Formats: sequence, C-alpha cells, structure tokens
Amino acid sequence: MTTFTPTTPDEVLSSIAWAVAEESPLEILGHGSKRGIGRPLQTEHTLDLSKLTGVALYEPAELVLQAKAGTPLAEIEMLLAQNGQQLAFEPMDYGPLLGGEPGKGTIGGVLAANLSGPRRLKAGAARDHILGINVVSGRGEAFKSGGRVVKNVTGYDLSKLMANSWGTLAVFTDVTFKVLPSAETEVTLAVRGLLDDAAASAMALALGSSAEVSSAAHLPERIAARVAGGALGSEAATLLRVEGFGPSVAYRIAALKTLFGKAGPLEEIAGEASQLIWRDVRDCKPFADGSDKPVWRVSMAPSQAHQMVLTLRMQAAVSAFYDWQGGLVWLRMEEGDPEAALLRGLLRKHGGGHATLARAAPAHRAALPVFEPQPPALAALGQRLKQEFDPKNILNPGRMA
Amino acid sequence: MSGLAMPKPDDATMRRRDEIVADMRIIVPGEGVVDAANAMRAFESDGLTAYRQLPLVVVLPETVAQVSRVLKYCNDRNIRVVPRGSGTSLSGGALPLEDAVLLVMSRFNRILQVDYPNRIVVAQPGVTNLGITVAVEQEGFYYAPDPSSQIACSIGGNVAENSGGVHCLKYGLTANNVLGIEMVLMNGEVVRLGGSHLDAEGYDLLGVMTGSEGLLGVVTEVTVRILKKPETARALLIGFPTSEQGGQCVADIIGAGIIPGGMEMMDRPAIHAAEDFVHAGYPLDVEALLIVELDGPGVEVDHLITAVEAIAIRNGSTTCRISQSEQERLSFWAGRKAAFPAVGRISPDYYCMDGTIPRKELPRVLAGMRELSEKYGLGVANVFHAGDGNLHPLILYDANVPGELDKAESFGADILRLCVKVGGVLTGEHGVGVEKRDLMPEMFSQVDLDQQMRVKCAFDPNHLLNPGKVFPQLRRCAELGRMHVHRGQVAFPDIPRF
Repeated sequence: MTTFTPTTPDEVLSSIAWAVAEESPLEILGHGSKRGIGRPLQTEHTLDLSKLTGVALYEPAELVLQAKAGTPLAEIEMLLAQNGQQLAFEPMDYGPLLGGEPGKGTIGGVLAANLSGPRRLKAGAARDHILGINVVSGRGEAFKSGGRVVKNVTGYDLSKLMANSWGTLAVFTDVTFKVLPSAETEVTLAVRGLLDDAAASAMALALGSSAEVSSAAHLPERIAARVAGGALGSEAATLLRVEGFGPSVAYRIAALKTLFGKAGPLEEIAGEASQLIWRDVRDCKPFADGSDKPVWRVSMAPSQAHQMVLTLRMQAAVSAFYDWQGGLVWLRMEEGDPEAALLRGLLRKHGGGHATLARAAPAHRAALPVFEPQPPALAALGQRLKQEFDPKNILNPGRMA
Repeated sequence: MSGLAMPKPDDATMRRRDEIVADMRIIVPGEGVVDAANAMRAFESDGLTAYRQLPLVVVLPETVAQVSRVLKYCNDRNIRVVPRGSGTSLSGGALPLEDAVLLVMSRFNRILQVDYPNRIVVAQPGVTNLGITVAVEQEGFYYAPDPSSQIACSIGGNVAENSGGVHCLKYGLTANNVLGIEMVLMNGEVVRLGGSHLDAEGYDLLGVMTGSEGLLGVVTEVTVRILKKPETARALLIGFPTSEQGGQCVADIIGAGIIPGGMEMMDRPAIHAAEDFVHAGYPLDVEALLIVELDGPGVEVDHLITAVEAIAIRNGSTTCRISQSEQERLSFWAGRKAAFPAVGRISPDYYCMDGTIPRKELPRVLAGMRELSEKYGLGVANVFHAGDGNLHPLILYDANVPGELDKAESFGADILRLCVKVGGVLTGEHGVGVEKRDLMPEMFSQVDLDQQMRVKCAFDPNHLLNPGKVFPQLRRCAELGRMHVHRGQVAFPDIPRF
C-alpha cells in the first residue's frame, strides 16, 4: 500500500509509468472531497495530487488562469475574487453533502467531475470553460491538448473528453481555464408558495423572458427552510437570480416583478443573502444531513421534472428540489433504498437524461451503477476510448462501472 | 492544386466504381445518387476553392437508416467516405477524395421540434444556421452562434467545425450551445449523445464530436439551445492612432468587467478597403478601428456605452461614434461584414487565415506580419475578433501570376507559426481541414497527435471517414495500440516515494 505524492508533472509521469510497468492500478486522488462518488475502489496504490500545486499563469485582462492540477479550488477562487473575477460555472462543493469538510477540492477534480452550479443554465459547466490541459494517460504518456486562448479548433478537444472522466482516462497535471468578471450586483427574486407544477411554469416563463435570469431553482415547502440558515422560512420558494450592472439588475428585477405580480408573494433578496442562498442550492445543502440516505442528481428536460417527481412520489418516499429551471433534480430517498431501477425507468419515460447516485452507502455503490447506464453502442464506444487511453486499466479501475 | 499530398486512391475501390454506384442507388433510391462528372462538379470543392477534386460518387441520403446503411456498406468494403454539409468550410474539410463517397447531408433540412418551455430546437443537420433563428424569431428567440456564412452553412457543419461568429465572446461557440446530437458511426451504429438535458453522463463525447471535422461520425440530428433576443443593441465605432492603443482599449474594457456582445478590430488596409467599398463613414486617418457592440436591456446598454466611451478616450481614441439608431448600428457593421468582398475588390485573390493569439500579443503579431508582408512582397489586411484574439489576416495575391498562390500559402503558414510562437493556435474557428493539416506539428508533438489519433481509432479504426484531413500523417491504429513498456527501464524500478 503506497501513496505516491508527486510535486512535479515529471513525477506524475514516472509514478504512472511505474504503475503501468507493474500493472498495478492506482486510485487518483486530489483532496478526496468526491471520493464517496462512484463505485468504491480497491486499488493497492494511490496517486495523491494534492502536492502538485501552484498557479502558473493568471492574466486577468486575458481572462485566463493556468494551475497545477492539485491546486486547491478555494485558493484559486480567492485569487480570482481579489481581481473581481470568478469561475463563472460556479463549481459545487460536494463536501457538505458527502459528510466531508466544506471548501475542499482541487482544480483538477473540478474538471474530472465536470462540476457546475446554479449558473449552469447561462454560463455552462467546467467543460465549457476549460481551454487546455496537460495530462498523463494510462499508457504513461504525457501530452497536451488545447491551449490558453478561447477560440481554438486546432485538433480534437481532448479537454472535453477528459471532463467528467473521473480520472479513468488520464491524470491532469496542468489545467487552463477561461475566467470571467464577477457580476457587480446580484439580486434574487423569490416567488413564494408555488406548488411544483406552477413553479415549473414560472421558471420557464422567467427563462423565456429577456430578463436574463442566470439561475432558477425551486425549493418546495420545508426544503426552503434548509438553505441560508433558515432565512427563507419554510414556505416554498421559487428563486430567480439576476446578475449584472446595478441599473440593469434593477430594471430586470422590475420586469420580473411585473411578470409575476399575481403568481404569489414576491420577495427581493440582494447581495450576500442572495449569494448564501445560491451557495446552499449549489452544494445541495438541504440534503447535507450527515446521513448516508441515498441522494440522486438527475439531469433532464426542465419541463418534465416535476411530473417525473410526482410519479416517483406515488411509489417511494422522496424529498426533492429543483435547480436549473428544473433541469437538475436533487432527490433524497427517505427509506434508504436507492430505487435505482424505478427512478431510471421513470426518467426514460419523461424525456430521458441521466441519474447519478451522488450519495449512497458503499454497499449500494458497489451493487448499483452509480452513473447512468448507457445503451450498448455508446457503452462500447466508451470502452474503446478507455482501451485507447488506459489499456491496462491502471487509472481508477471500475470507478465509472 | 499546390503540393498537398492526399491519401493515395485505393485501386480496388476505383475498379469497383460502377458496382458501388449501383449499390448506392439501391440504398438511396430516386435522385439521391449523382455519378456524372458534370453533375458532380458542383461538389468538387468547398469554401477553400484553391483545392478541387471530383469524388467517386455523390450520395444524398434522406433518412438516418440510409446514412447508416451507406456507412456500414463502405466500412465493410473498405471504401472511404467524406461527409459534407453546405460546403462552406474555409479549410477544405469537405474536400472530396477521388476514391471516396461524398455523403451530402443537404436533404436533412427539416426542423423537427421547437420547444419554448425548454428553449431548445431539434433540427436535422442540413438546416442552415440562420434557419434555426428564422424558425423561432416570431417568438423573440434566436440561436446565438452566428458564423458569417450563417445564411448558407448547416448546423451539422457547425457541429463538425465548432463554429463561432462575432457574438461568441459573450454567447459561446457551437460547443457551448449544442445540447445533443444523434450520429452514425462508420460501422453504421446510431448513437445519441445528450438531448434535451444538460451535460453528458460518462465521457463527454458530445464535446469531442464538436469540432471533430467529420472524422468521427456523421451527425443526423442536432439539439440546440435558443435564447431570448436581447431587448436592444448599440455599437461604438472607435478609431485609434496605433494598434497598441486599440489593443489596450480592448483589455481595459474586459478589465472593467464588461463582456460586449461583439468586439471587432480592423487595421488600416482593411479599413480603407471596406470604406472604399461600402462608404460606411469609417475614419481613414486611424491605424486601428474598433467596433464594440453592447446588447441587453436599454438601461444596461446606455450604462455600458458611457463606460466604454470613457475607456476609449482614456486610451487616446481620436474618433468615437455611438450609434443613435438601429440603422446607424448596422452601418458600423456594414464595413466589417463586407471586409472580405471589399478586399476582393482591391486584389484579384485573397487568402484568409484564422490564427488565435493572446490579445496582448496583437502589436507584436501585427509588426511581425508587416515584416513578412515585405519579405513575401504580398499585401495583407487584418480583421480581428478582438475580444477573443481570433485574427483573420487576408493575404492579397493574384492566382494568375505563377508562384503567387504558393507564396501566399507560405506567407500564411509563417503567420500561423508566429501565432503559435506567441502562445496562440493555428485555427480559431475555420478548422484544420487540409489547409492547416501539415502545420499541426508546429503546435503538437508526435505524442500529442497520437492521442488525438487514439480518439479517431475508437470511432473509426480503419481511417475511412474523411481521411487526409486534420492529421498530417495517418498511423495504423493497431500500431498505435501497442504498449511500449519496458520493465526495469522506467525511472523508478522500485516503488517511488516523493
């Protein structure tokens, strides 16, 4: 049982080259903040990237930042904030949900899990902001893809291939991200007391207006009390976030108020209070209860989400809330059974998408496909890619199985 | 054609041409197979007209089943296939091969679904980019990526090339606006990636497919995100005595937290050519002209116009006009949008390049281009997506003068080498195709290129789909698949501890 702790890309390369030669699989680890996701690994050795750190390049005027893969996300976010910038895709922090410390996670892990947040609708996910990577494949080959500029179609976009690959194709040594200015002003309009179906209509109406809503979430009754330290109270809250320059935000909030004048009681939440709400929505705080009750993260067509949840409720005890206009559904299975077949069957009937078992006891994760099973032709294609980049199954073997 | 080596035609395929044409007629009955040389002439090149080649046969399928059967047939018989959308590629991505079936997707021209609550449109790949906007504009929506060929280029081609446009600084490229595709692999298998939901489960193959230049699969359906049209848009037309000042102004606008809807720069030769052509009222005594467009609610646009104007003045602008009407805004754009034909008026031919550079390197790259221009004795005019560093140098030459095309191509290659040298890339939005294929080693090592080839091998192990494009050298997948592991020769024969 050995832990390799490389501090340079060359050391990453030699560690993997050794593992390939020995045919000895490695668990690829940053801070371990997402270790509880995916099939539990049983590798003899660990490749710990938490000492491969440092921001190599940050040019605010060029909107670009390059860092070693093990650089703490928190450090990068602080550096960006000092320059009025941010990772616009708002990477979520799995720590609270998975019973770990908040504020952990590396920039490499952000890409490996393709993290995003409530601004996903408008700003995309990590995959939409990655400009270039340096990696070492499971063949022990160091290579690069992409670059440091936004517009680049030179060769295949291997950065995107590696996004959401959970360390099963290659190990990042350096990542280069596009960064963006933070919004000057943020205001959230909360429509109170809506049932799920009315909330779905309200969110669609808001997103289809020219108010440029950057995030839309619906917290049903009681769930609402579990964000921002209870500041919202327990009445259902449909949350619409508007960001930008002051006069524009004021104008767009006014437009939304006109739109929803009769929908229910309206509340305006500004500044830090708004940021706190969205951070908790992002981090799935309502289900961060210290338990290991199964929690699903479901990506689907927004307009179908509440119907899928309604049908599910008839057959299982679940708590649910919605982000991304309903396109992201968080579900907690109250009776402890993940009900994977039931949920995935309903998802297929409601326009398709994918359901990831974001939290579950190791026994469930070992027995069930944590990631959405793919149709045979697609699964075979994925397998061929794995074979190309990691033919000896050295990197996180079985994690995505 | 200048000295571009394409894969050697396969003799067995050439000998069986009649049989293949007959079989294609069985798979795609009716008018969907074109084999007469004069009729195939229309397909002999794409937007990169310096290269021409008649295909083996042109096939225009109408259904996904036909696409699947054509590809499976060709895969089983080792016949090459070149997919084509509208043929507007500027890098020769759809250049036919003598021994390849040219698979033209233009009959896939229907919008399949418009879904306003989820803000998506599902379209067949032959629908034009603008056709999507046209389908939803009565409800006030549009599709954001707007390559300048948008009236003709197909959405399937946009996926293949990861097309951009002047608005991609704020609204992203094709990759950021496509939610799903259906595609057919070379072996005939039909797979769906994504759909009306966000992000992929498993590897992001949608991300890989976008910009893969028709080498990995044939797209048969595309799901895109549509957006509500901004309430208003206004533009500033700003002139600077030097390109450095223009470049600094761009940096300062972004530094102030402003991401304009579009931000374009032109150099003196481009300004003069455009002004002579469309009389847009461009100032002629400046070295750099910047068009900054701001869109959104009126109150936001007014607020930002004031901010940008102040930044321009701080950077020594000598002229700054602010559009007071939609007509005036369009007149600012008229010269920029006509820049290519305008340059076409002052030179018999021009060759359009497409490198991207870190913005701060603009003065250095422009100076380098002036030196190269003298060295080669050819003029160059520059239009520049200033916000994202994407340069379009237009090299002026005369194809009727022996050797000038070769000279223009060498000049272009030197410009791209310069882009790579300053930290940029070979192509920002036009693709590698055949045009920049042999320059790939300027940017990538053999090991880097091998990894891209590995992706190719997972999708199309026999190199039958669009061969001769993107990769300077084809390597057999079996050879790439070998592991080169030598026990005892790695740096740490024992367990290393750092």
